[in-house]
Amino acid sequence: MIDLEWVKDYIDIEDQDLKELAVKITEAGINVEKIITNHIDNLVIGEVTKCEMHPDSDHLHVCEVNIGKETVQIVCGAPNVREGLKVIVALPGAILPDNFEIKKSKIRGVESNGMICALYELGLEEKTEEAYNRGIEELESTAKVGADPLKFLNLDDTLYELDVHKHRNNDCYYHIGFAYEIACILNRKVTLPKQDTNPINDNIKNHFELKVETEKCPYYLAKMVTDVKVGPSPEFIKRRLNAYGMRSINNVVDISNYVMLEYGQPLHFFDKDSLGDKIIVRDAKDEEKIKTLDGIDRVLKTSDIVITDGNKPVCIAGIMGGEETEVTENTKTILIESAIFDSVSIRYTAANLDLRSEASIRYGKGLSYEYTEKAVERACHLLEKYAGAKVLSGTIKHDKVDKTPKIATFTVDEINSMLGITLTEDDIRTELNRLDFEFQYQDGKFITTIPSRRLDVDPNVNDIAEEVGRLYGYHNLVSTLPKCEIRKGEYIGDVKYRKIISKRLRSLGLNESKTYTLTSPAMAKTFKYEDKENAVLPNPMSIDKSVVRTSLIPSLLNVYDYNKARKVNDVMLYEISKTYDANHNEESKIAILMSGNYILNEWSKATIKIDFYLVKGIIENILDYLGFKNRYAFEAEVLPEIHPGIGARILLDRKPIGIIGKVHPKVSKDDIYVAELSLNSLMVKVKPIKFKAAPKYPGIVKDMAFAINKEVSSKTIEDVIKKVGGRLLTNINVFDVYTGENVKEDEKSLAYSLTFQDPNKTLTEEEVNTVFENIIKNVEAKTNAKLRDK
Amino acid sequence: MELENILQTLKQELDQIDDVQALNELKAKYLGKKGSITEFSSKIKDLPLEEKKTFGASLNKIKTEATNMIEVKREELETALLNKKLESESIDIALPSTKIPMGSPNIVEKIVEEVEELFMSMGYDVVDGPEIEEDRYNFELLNIPKGHPARDAQDTFYLKDDEILLRSQTSPVQVRTMLEGKGEKPIRMICPGKTYRRDNDDATHSHQFMQIEGLLIDREVSLSDLKGTFDVLAKKLFGEDCQTRFRPSHYQFTEPSVEMDINCHSCKGKGCSICKNTGWLTVSGAGMVHPNVLKNCGYDPKEWKGFAFGFGAERLAMESYGIDDLRIFYTNDLREIKTFDRKEAE
Repeated sequence: MIDLEWVKDYIDIEDQDLKELAVKITEAGINVEKIITNHIDNLVIGEVTKCEMHPDSDHLHVCEVNIGKETVQIVCGAPNVREGLKVIVALPGAILPDNFEIKKSKIRGVESNGMICALYELGLEEKTEEAYNRGIEELESTAKVGADPLKFLNLDDTLYELDVHKHRNNDCYYHIGFAYEIACILNRKVTLPKQDTNPINDNIKNHFELKVETEKCPYYLAKMVTDVKVGPSPEFIKRRLNAYGMRSINNVVDISNYVMLEYGQPLHFFDKDSLGDKIIVRDAKDEEKIKTLDGIDRVLKTSDIVITDGNKPVCIAGIMGGEETEVTENTKTILIESAIFDSVSIRYTAANLDLRSEASIRYGKGLSYEYTEKAVERACHLLEKYAGAKVLSGTIKHDKVDKTPKIATFTVDEINSMLGITLTEDDIRTELNRLDFEFQYQDGKFITTIPSRRLDVDPNVNDIAEEVGRLYGYHNLVSTLPKCEIRKGEYIGDVKYRKIISKRLRSLGLNESKTYTLTSPAMAKTFKYEDKENAVLPNPMSIDKSVVRTSLIPSLLNVYDYNKARKVNDVMLYEISKTYDANHNEESKIAILMSGNYILNEWSKATIKIDFYLVKGIIENILDYLGFKNRYAFEAEVLPEIHPGIGARILLDRKPIGIIGKVHPKVSKDDIYVAELSLNSLMVKVKPIKFKAAPKYPGIVKDMAFAINKEVSSKTIEDVIKKVGGRLLTNINVFDVYTGENVKEDEKSLAYSLTFQDPNKTLTEEEVNTVFENIIKNVEAKTNAKLRDK
Repeated sequence: MELENILQTLKQELDQIDDVQALNELKAKYLGKKGSITEFSSKIKDLPLEEKKTFGASLNKIKTEATNMIEVKREELETALLNKKLESESIDIALPSTKIPMGSPNIVEKIVEEVEELFMSMGYDVVDGPEIEEDRYNFELLNIPKGHPARDAQDTFYLKDDEILLRSQTSPVQVRTMLEGKGEKPIRMICPGKTYRRDNDDATHSHQFMQIEGLLIDREVSLSDLKGTFDVLAKKLFGEDCQTRFRPSHYQFTEPSVEMDINCHSCKGKGCSICKNTGWLTVSGAGMVHPNVLKNCGYDPKEWKGFAFGFGAERLAMESYGIDDLRIFYTNDLREIKTFDRKEAE
């Protein structure tokens, strides 16, 4: 939050409309999210010229109020209203807090043209009993009738609530840093506040010794003041801290906060008398304890940084001071600390202790060394002026900060080609001046030094282009398209297969679902048809999402349940997603779930119910489409969570690539069929498409039926038929599967219709019969099948 | 029977007939072997030579005429028969159809595919990479070293000792593509994919979501080119009259960085609750590839430049289809998904 009245101390923006300025600032990259202002329209200073009791009331007054241009009649109920008083008048049209609009009205029959206000009624004070009893606000007699009362009271501050991107949240969240930002937008100069002091003839070095024993404190600066008189803060400090949302405590504490909001540098004030004469900054010891000034005992870790008095911690560096050395009303001598601590370490400690203070937030973002000293001087100046302090000369300093200036070298062309604009050398000069970046121009090159307050800017062309670009205004960029070689983009690798299969499955009627990769241990345990361990998150958010799945089927079953519960009975789903095992090996999988009717038309009896063979058909369709005809097979297998008699392993080139089956009734009572394929296994070479002419000579179709034991797979017979049928056998079709009358109880009848065809000639009946008889002979010999109806 | 009257008699008899069989019998009666017309021709041989000629000619004429009359009648009868059959076969076309099964894309996938097609037409490849990633691809090479505050915003699921994680962004795919390019090849790619962050699932957050990131590396590329590219996408997804704007922003892997806004489709830029009264909606973060990232991935920033951008796919779908709850994409309610089985409106 930034108080614009405060910013005016450092830069002249009196002429600016603060709403328009907010837009300019936002366009240049610092997002002003909200403009907070106390300003209320139709509020004027008035003078009560006549005050009489209301004829119809024992507490209301009827007042004549001079508001400058005219005198209006207002009914007022406050006990302290009286003739000659200067007051705050809300005229009709004024909108007070809670959207309370002032209107002309009649109060017990008497016309009233506004309202005489108390501060709490304007939302500028808390409505306490005391405030209520005080009645309306009594303005000083010097108040000018007709003027804006909030301006007169110095209560009309405008505040910007900022939403700043991470890289700028160190320099834009303090008032001087923000003044620099406005300065570059408006091309104006920043004036830093006064920091001069009259040091006494005593040096801090006579009182203090400093030792820094950790690398996490590159900078530590201390200064000392004495004879401090703790008391109330001056009005302007109180008011500004209040507006910012900080409670005023006393002049000393307030000054430390005030300077932090000016320079962004947190200061810590130690009560010197309780501290002793030594400061050692070091890493905390494990389990070391300190009571912080909020009265809580804290236990530290070795990753924390502490300020010690040589023995014990007196402050958790960058986070919060200890109770023991806290500045109190009796404090006389103060040691002021202005330091830089390792931002990562501070963030870690703050998170670890769950203790986020104004200081820790700022340290966590990183600080510029330039302001550590300025902030201390400024604090001394204010303590001298407003707390009667005497400043000791000298400082105690530990300084290991790398102060190598950040120097960027670049040409106008480099900036222009980065942004796609055409600035001239002079334009760049202007921009750099606005940014307050010092520069030289040599041999067609700009050499510029980046100020240390701009921690975010690195010395490269891109960073300078960004600074130039945001001032130039991104809204001024003209859209162009890259000048690139013309080519068609492609789906690469597994994405290509995902797309092909996805489109095919959709056209076969399956809906694409998208589920979570992280599942529960219970889900991950099911459908484990492979020898795979699951990867488990060591720190999951919840047990429900703690395991990386190896199969998508459990997730699809959840989707089925969700839809089923909503009376969707025909569920056809697929999902293609990556899965990972415990060794983080990746495998993309295609999962299918089908239940209900594939095609439904009850009145016309065209319904096709989903069963194993339909899902098998979907799988074959996909595999054939990918070019794997005659390379795959289904092998019956008992699989986990699959019906033991209705399940199979899918093989491609004799290697397992997936499974298919009916969901085990112990998992679901519904008829649900699932399948899952490894997408990676399908990413193999296939033969190119080749034209094959339709047969020129007629084929001969012959039927045969066998009785065979129920347990035997039809594949056993089919394999023999294929082998014996050879080249002439071009198609095998099962046209009947039968059990019942005329077939033994433990047998089934399988009827085949075989097509024989020769591509080069018309086959004769004899030729076909020879093969046909041979097939029957072999099937009977090699399997337990018997030809039926011989 | 007189030859002259024969056709008239035939006509009268034909009029009485209403089925094919009777017609065949009638045909036999007149034109069969012993038919009355046939019988006249046997008389020819007894006629004098002169009469033979004229009688023969008129007999032939009558024969042709009679045949014609019978065939016309036959066609009439057959047409009537067919019409009757067709009439009996007519159906109630208002009865419900047999539904041909057709699957739908997942809602978010629908918009992803649209974006993919657009970028492929502009020469971008579509690539994906591992979802279980190494820290260096997900963060370090992208200019986000360990301890950097930018990591805090992307609270990450780690699988192993701060080294192996579920990718919190699809940017590692860009890194991998650049490393494959070995600092020699220009690159145009987009990488839509799943990403994971430690967020509790609610209407606007999801621990799993989809990003679509894009990358272009070439010798001459500018921020204005990025703006032009974004314009093409915005107009494609949100209509020709869609306005766009760039705002300065910050990302670790781009410099300069921008946020890309479209004008609020709900209020047309006037300001409403959806756009928080700004008139604009942010749909993408983007920028010029940071020189450190180019360097880390083997491209010399003095020679190569590039831009990169990223969208939240669900966010795009929400804007595009008017969806207000992110969880909808992952519940897979078929009653909702089914409505997405159609081509986009032109």
